[in-house]
Amino acid sequence: MAAPLTLVLIVAVTIRAALFRSSLAELISERVEVVSPLNAWKRVVEGLALLDLGVSPYSGDVFHETPLIIYFFHFVIDYAEIVFMIADGITAVALYLAVQHYNKNVFRKQKYALEADRYPHDCLELMRTPKEMYYVPLKVAMFYLWNPFTILSCVAKSTCGLNNAVIALFILCTIKGSALLSAIFLALATYQSIYPLTLFAPALIYLLQRLYIPVNLRRPSFWLFTSQYAFMYFGSLAVIVCLSFFLLTSWDFIPSVYGFILSVPDLTPNIGLFWYFFAEMFEHFRLFFICVFQINVFFYSIPLSIKLKDHPVFLMFMQIAIISIFKSYPTVGDIALYMAFLPVWSHLYRFLRNIFLVCCVLLACSALFPVLWHLWIYAGSANSNFYYAITLLFNVAQILLVSDYFYAYLRREHHLSHGLYLKRKDGGEATLVLK
Amino acid sequence: MGLLSDPNRRRALTNLLTRLNTPICLVCYVAGLAWFMGLAFEPFTLRTYMSENAMGSTMVEERFPAGERALATGREFAAHKRKAGGMPVDWLVKTMQARGLEVYTQQFSRTLPFPDENTERYMVKGTNVYGILRAPRASRTEALVLTASCSEGNSNHQAVGLLLGLAQYFRNQVYWAKDIIFLVNEYDLIGMQAWLEGYHHTNITGMDYTPLQGRGGSIQAALSLELNSDVITSLDLVLEGLNGQLPNLDLANLFYAFCQKIDILCTIQGKLQRSDWDTPSGYTHAAQTMMLMVMKQASGRSWGDHGLFLRYHIEAATIKGINSFRQYKTDATTIGRLLEGMFRKLNNLLERLHQSYFFYLMPSLSHFVSIGYYMPAFGLLAVILLLKALDLWVQLGTPPPGTEDGVAGVEPASSPSVLSILTPLVISHMTGAALYTLPIRSQEMAVEHFPVSETEAVVLTAIAIYTAGLALPHNTHKFLVGEGTEKGWKVLKLVALLYLAVLLGCTALINFSLGFILAVTLVPIAAFVTPHLPKVVSTTIMVLLSPGFTLLYCVFVYQELQEAPVSLGEGWILYLSVISQGILDHSLYGSLVYPLLALFVYPCWLLFWNILFWK
Repeated sequence: MAAPLTLVLIVAVTIRAALFRSSLAELISERVEVVSPLNAWKRVVEGLALLDLGVSPYSGDVFHETPLIIYFFHFVIDYAEIVFMIADGITAVALYLAVQHYNKNVFRKQKYALEADRYPHDCLELMRTPKEMYYVPLKVAMFYLWNPFTILSCVAKSTCGLNNAVIALFILCTIKGSALLSAIFLALATYQSIYPLTLFAPALIYLLQRLYIPVNLRRPSFWLFTSQYAFMYFGSLAVIVCLSFFLLTSWDFIPSVYGFILSVPDLTPNIGLFWYFFAEMFEHFRLFFICVFQINVFFYSIPLSIKLKDHPVFLMFMQIAIISIFKSYPTVGDIALYMAFLPVWSHLYRFLRNIFLVCCVLLACSALFPVLWHLWIYAGSANSNFYYAITLLFNVAQILLVSDYFYAYLRREHHLSHGLYLKRKDGGEATLVLK
Repeated sequence: MGLLSDPNRRRALTNLLTRLNTPICLVCYVAGLAWFMGLAFEPFTLRTYMSENAMGSTMVEERFPAGERALATGREFAAHKRKAGGMPVDWLVKTMQARGLEVYTQQFSRTLPFPDENTERYMVKGTNVYGILRAPRASRTEALVLTASCSEGNSNHQAVGLLLGLAQYFRNQVYWAKDIIFLVNEYDLIGMQAWLEGYHHTNITGMDYTPLQGRGGSIQAALSLELNSDVITSLDLVLEGLNGQLPNLDLANLFYAFCQKIDILCTIQGKLQRSDWDTPSGYTHAAQTMMLMVMKQASGRSWGDHGLFLRYHIEAATIKGINSFRQYKTDATTIGRLLEGMFRKLNNLLERLHQSYFFYLMPSLSHFVSIGYYMPAFGLLAVILLLKALDLWVQLGTPPPGTEDGVAGVEPASSPSVLSILTPLVISHMTGAALYTLPIRSQEMAVEHFPVSETEAVVLTAIAIYTAGLALPHNTHKFLVGEGTEKGWKVLKLVALLYLAVLLGCTALINFSLGFILAVTLVPIAAFVTPHLPKVVSTTIMVLLSPGFTLLYCVFVYQELQEAPVSLGEGWILYLSVISQGILDHSLYGSLVYPLLALFVYPCWLLFWNILFWK
């Protein structure tokens, strides 16, 4: 399997290298869909210039990267293009290995369950076959590397690619069962953009499951491991934050990175939901609605963790998707990360209900973003409402996509325990209705 | 969300849509066309009204007295122009200075990619002369522009004369709150392009020009003047700009309001307004006017010197004097008063024109159709593509109908290989790219080997590549892995349908007319093409509805609407010149119609062509 993966990587790198050399690169790096104030390369360069001049990069309101990123680029600024390509490669390989391992586990579990005769007999057609699962990891790598969104994001040198790499490494370490590394990478991801905090729950559940510790609040072993993992996580987070402090010897970065993410002062249009809403709102409601919007991102982790406590990897996918939809400065790079997981759930295809509609809407919206932007900003004939309408539609489609997968996953689980052909009490054919 | 989550209702709807697919599509198509034609019917349109407060209720007086003197200046200009054998730069500078303007000149030069046979231009070298009247009343942060072009041949002298006359008169008034720039541009659009790029410090098209020495504020509005006779019978308003962009409707309203006030006959598309909308001939007249606007907008050309201003977010229009055989004549003084009035109103503006519509069609000067009314016509056509796509999706997904959603969906037996879909996609796009790049690149080679001029070489190469693309299916077939399956063409058609829908949707948003015309011809073939049709008939229909033929029909229809019908031979010559103009417009001014057709629409059509020959 190494050869196809190498081929995929080579093709991906070639596309990126060609685009970096073309005149499109500059155009792409200006697109609001691809770069946000948080991760624009222009701003990184500005921060570096300030740093070289001996000024705090956070003075002024341009630079919002974390100190580690700026010191990282301090050394590799000349090789930035290669760094971004490598980051994409790392993400793809990490996801590839993670999914491979996960699929092995899934298949083993299914085998045990079959041997124990735990599935109803009419569910045989729901079983996953090795043939079908064989290419899934490769498809994941392909979905990530060849996704136009990833390519755009990489060519724009958006630091989103680096965040994705960290999250992918976190997923790999978690699935491989290394609690320490998983905690460290989760801390790094959180340090980069706060929101991955919500991935704590799925990682913990996965590691618990791996050690055969039931998720039971009355068991001491549960609490023991939870506190261990939390300690590792918060410990490494503290170390990283302190390291940043010592690098710059100031706490400036806290308000200007995390304050910036949480209080959303920059209302440049993007593909998210924040900008239009907060541009329209009266100032004295702002704080309240910021709280509401931000809680929105974190809130879903509670019900989802309860509902999906036996399926931590799917929970992880859901959380990443929710973050990329509801975060304050989303870009297409974030979307690419969760879309890479879609091949993993390809066995849910038969239960998906709106996939055609959603795909059409996502496609149409992606094409309409630049068109309406042109009409609004250059031609002056349309206005921000047109652009926001598309943003809204795009996000609705994403939400539908995610909830469709969620529903399909639950439904498959339901069928696996209750049989595929459900009967009503009176003997008629029953259908499942989601209300 | 009941429809999205309740399987029973969904199934009912899907069944309905798939069972009645073809009738619904036919109804949609007819309804779309009917809706479009209904737009010209006066009760369905809105009366124009002035939205901009600053231009609506304020009163201005027009007192421009010096029409005769302006015409004399025009004659003097003509004489100097003849003597100089081109733009009389020194004379213009001196005259403008004598009228108290700050005068500057700008040199520019541009080599066209191939000779333009309509205007006989190849290596263009010219000078723009402009004078700025500084605003005495306010802080000179905004400007208005009046332009008249000085092109080869003896035309537009009266416009330059009137421009100079107005400059002299405006100079003596104290109420100007905006700078007024009087521009005489050489080589009409090329000079205009050079001047605008110089003014805004951009260089999009690789023009050589000297930087501007003097500037006014940010330009709010511009009027371009075309006058070819001392007296006129009517004034024509030209709105269509580059890429089908239109100025704010308030500019048209302003023109109309002043024409009414000063009592000048005014037309749009050269068509007078008629009051008998309820008679068939009245309706036909309105429909003709609207169709002319649609044709002009779809061409993506700039139909007057104003067209390039729109790109810079400047509202602009061209006012054209027409002298026909009517009894009632208007003299230059009256036109001067009209322009004075319009400038005084524009001078009152507090912000850019933005109140009124930017997306509209005009069946007459006093009536318009806004985007909300005309978009459904396009939507009805576009929905056919989506319905067909849905139908195909359902066919691909669930072979045994009538089963419970999801559960009985049998695994697809063998999905067609990605390669068999990708190959036609890639090859047709490569043909498109060849169509886009080769004509200009290979002109020298073509001229060497064939007895044609450069322009003919470019056009004929384009047509040759276009025709060669039709040979495509026989060639792609060799690259396909294995035989094409029933499923294969369905997937390809699904992809092509969605592609066409997105493509037409985006086009219609930017340039409704172009999107609509393409939809009218492409949607029927996209909807009904399958490999199982009788070959000869369907091939003929496909070819007759291809984008190239659509352009040919447009040429004839346009001539017909202009009431200047042409014979087949003339039409063909015209067709060739339209193609060369399209390519030139793209490389000179950045018009997007040619790349759109070559890189996207034509490859998309080739996909359907490919499906027809699927084996």
